[in-house]
Amino acid sequence: MKMKKVVSILLTAAMTAALAAGCSSPSGSGSGDGSQGGDSSEAKGKVYYLNFKPEADEDWQALAKAYTEETGVPVTVLTAASGEYEKTLKSEMAKTDAPTLFQVNGQVGLASWKDYCYDLKDSEIVKGLTDEGFALKDGDKTAGVAYIIENYGLIYNKELLKKAGYSAEDITDFDSFKKVVEDITKRKDELGFSAFTCAGMDGSSDWRFKTHLANLPIYYEYKADGINTTDAIKGTYLDNYRQIWDLYINNATCEPTALSTKTADDATADFVTEEAVFYQNGTWEINNIADVGEENLGMLPIYIGVDGEENQGVCTGTENYWCVNAKASEDDIQATLDFMNWCVTSDIGVEAMCTNMGFVIPFSANLESENVLVNEANKYLEDGKTPVTWDFSTIPSEEWKNGVGSALTAYAADQTDANWDKVVTAFVDGWATEAAAAK
Amino acid sequence: MEKAIKRYMPIFVLPTLFAFALGFIIPFIMGIWLSFCKFTTVTDAKFVGISNYIDAFKDTVFRHSFWYTVLFAVVSLIVINVVAFALGMALTKELRGTNVFRTIFFMPNLIGGIVLGYIWQLIFNGILEKYGTALGLNEWYGFWGLIILVSWQQIGYMMIIYIAGLQSIPGDVMEAAEIDGATKWQRLWKVTIPMMMPSITICMFLSITNGFKLFDQNLSLTAGEPAKMSEMMALNIFNTFYGRTGWEGVGQVKAVLFFIIVVLIGMFQLRATRSKEVQQ
Repeated sequence: MKMKKVVSILLTAAMTAALAAGCSSPSGSGSGDGSQGGDSSEAKGKVYYLNFKPEADEDWQALAKAYTEETGVPVTVLTAASGEYEKTLKSEMAKTDAPTLFQVNGQVGLASWKDYCYDLKDSEIVKGLTDEGFALKDGDKTAGVAYIIENYGLIYNKELLKKAGYSAEDITDFDSFKKVVEDITKRKDELGFSAFTCAGMDGSSDWRFKTHLANLPIYYEYKADGINTTDAIKGTYLDNYRQIWDLYINNATCEPTALSTKTADDATADFVTEEAVFYQNGTWEINNIADVGEENLGMLPIYIGVDGEENQGVCTGTENYWCVNAKASEDDIQATLDFMNWCVTSDIGVEAMCTNMGFVIPFSANLESENVLVNEANKYLEDGKTPVTWDFSTIPSEEWKNGVGSALTAYAADQTDANWDKVVTAFVDGWATEAAAAK
Repeated sequence: MEKAIKRYMPIFVLPTLFAFALGFIIPFIMGIWLSFCKFTTVTDAKFVGISNYIDAFKDTVFRHSFWYTVLFAVVSLIVINVVAFALGMALTKELRGTNVFRTIFFMPNLIGGIVLGYIWQLIFNGILEKYGTALGLNEWYGFWGLIILVSWQQIGYMMIIYIAGLQSIPGDVMEAAEIDGATKWQRLWKVTIPMMMPSITICMFLSITNGFKLFDQNLSLTAGEPAKMSEMMALNIFNTFYGRTGWEGVGQVKAVLFFIIVVLIGMFQLRATRSKEVQQ
C-alpha cells in the first residue's frame, strides 16, 4: 500500500511537472530575463523584438546583449522560423508580454496590424531616415519605418558568362538577353552548363516567381497608369511575364515538368556547382552562393521586354518595416523607440547591422557594404538607371500568390495557350477577388 | 481500496482535468466564440455576427475540399481495414517469424506524418519523373499518393488491434463450428467477424476520423497542389486562417463546421458498428 502511495504521488508529480513545462513561456534565447546590469534602477521599460530574419538571429542576440550592457534596459529577441513570421506574431501578440517591436511587410501586412502600430511621427528614428519614402504611412499616421533596403535581380556567374563568350555589356534588354540565353542552351553540351538554375516551384523557392518576378509586370502597369496600388489589376504586361517565364523554364538545368519538385536548395546547388549562369535572387542570398567566388558574382536587371527598359535597374526596395506595439505600456514603448534609434545611430548598432548582418540601412549612418551583390546592384544607381520599386507589397493576399504560383507550375508542365490563360485568370481575376475579399 | 481511490480522486483527476480544460475545453469554447468575431490576435476580438459563416458557405474551394476529404476518408477506411484484417489473420496463423513480421508492419507507425510526407513525395516524384509529370500536377496523383501513404502508416497499427481481437476468440467456438461442418468462409463470416466486432468498431472509428483530420501528411505531400485541388479540410482551414487579411474568423467558422461534421460521422459510425457487436 505504501509503495502504491509513493508511486501515485510520483506519477502525479510527473504529470504536473510535464504540465508546467508545457506552459512555461518560450524564453527565446534572449538576454533580457534577469540580466539587468548594474544601473538598472533608472531603466524602466523593456524591449521585446520579434525578429523576421532567421539568418540574422545570432547577430541580433549579440546586439541585444550589447545594448543591455550599455544601458541596462533588458532586450529580448525572439526569431520566427523562416516563413512563419505572421503565425508567430499572431500568437505572440495575444500574450500579456507581447512583442514591443515587430515588423510588417508593407501596406497589405499593415492592414492586419494597423491597430497595433504606434504612431512614429515624432520619433527620432523617422527623422533620421535618408528618404521619407522609407516610412510606412497609414493615412496621416507613420505606422512603420524601413530598417533595411534590399535588391534583387538576375545574379550571374561572370566566369561562366565569359566562357560562353559574352559579358554583361551584351545584355541590355530582353531581346539581347534572350539571344545570349538561347545560345547557351544550344551549346549546353559543349559548354557543360545551362543558362538558368531550375525555377523551383516548391514552397521554399516559388516566391521568387509568384512574388518577385510578378513584381515586374505589376511595376510597369502601375508606372504606365501612374498609380501605386490598385484593387483591379489589368494585366497589361502579362505577355512579357510569359516571355520571361518561358525563357526561365525552357533554358534551365531541369525539365519544366519537374519544377513542382525543385526546391530553393536545388537552385542554389545548380548555381554553386556552376551548372548554370543565371540565378534570380537577391542580395540576401550572398552567404549561400559565396562559394563561387566573390569576384565571379554579378547582378543584372530582370528585363521583360518593355519599351525603355535599357534604363531599368535592379529591383530595390524593402518589405521590412519596424512597427512599435501601441498596446504596450508607455515605458516599454519609450524603451523600444530608444533601442531602435540606438541600433541605427550608435557605432555598435550600425556596425552590427551593416557589417555583421550585411544590411543596407536607410539612415545616414549607413556604412559601405561588404556584400558584393549590394555593390553590384548599386552600380546601376550610380549609372543613373531607374530602380524598380517593390510593388509586390501591394499584392492583396497570400492566396493570390498561391493561385498564380499553381497556375505557373501547371503552365510550365504543359505550355499551351489555354494553360497560360489560367495564369492570366489567376493574376487578373484573382487580384480582384482577393482585393474584394480582404476585410 | 475503492475508498482509497475516492480519497485520492483529486490528485488523480485534477491535473489531467486541468490540462484537458487548458488544452481542449477552453480553446474549444473560445474557438466557437471567435467564429463570430473579427480578430487578428485571439485575445482581441470584435463581435461581427454571422458574416463569417456567410463567407465560409460561399467558399467553393471549401466545398471541393469537403467532398475530396469524404472520398479520401471512405477509400482509406476500406483499404486500411481490409488489408489490416487480412494481415492480422495471416499473422495469427502459426507461421515462422510472425513476430518479426508484426514488428516490421508496425514500424511505419513510429514515423511522424511530416517526415513521411516528404519521404513519400521524393519516392512518388522519382517515379513520376520518368513519365514526365509530378505529384503536384494532378489532384488524383495526390489523392492516391495520400492513400498509399496513410495505408502504409496505419495498416500496422490497425493490424495490432485486429491481432489482439483475433487472439481473444475462444478456441472452443471455432472448434465447435468446425465440427458442425462450417467451411472456411462460413467460419470467417459467421464466427470470426461477429466475434471481432469490438475491434472492428475501434479500427473503423480510428481510421475514419484520421482520414478526416489528416493534416501533416497532406501539407508535406502535396500542400494542396495543384491549385488547392488536393487540399483537404484541415489544411483548408489552416490556409484560410493565414491566407488573407481579416479571414481568421472564417477559418474559425470552418473549424467549427469541421468539428460538427466529424462528430456526426463518428457517432453514426460508432452506432452502426456497435449494434452488430455480440456478447461472447
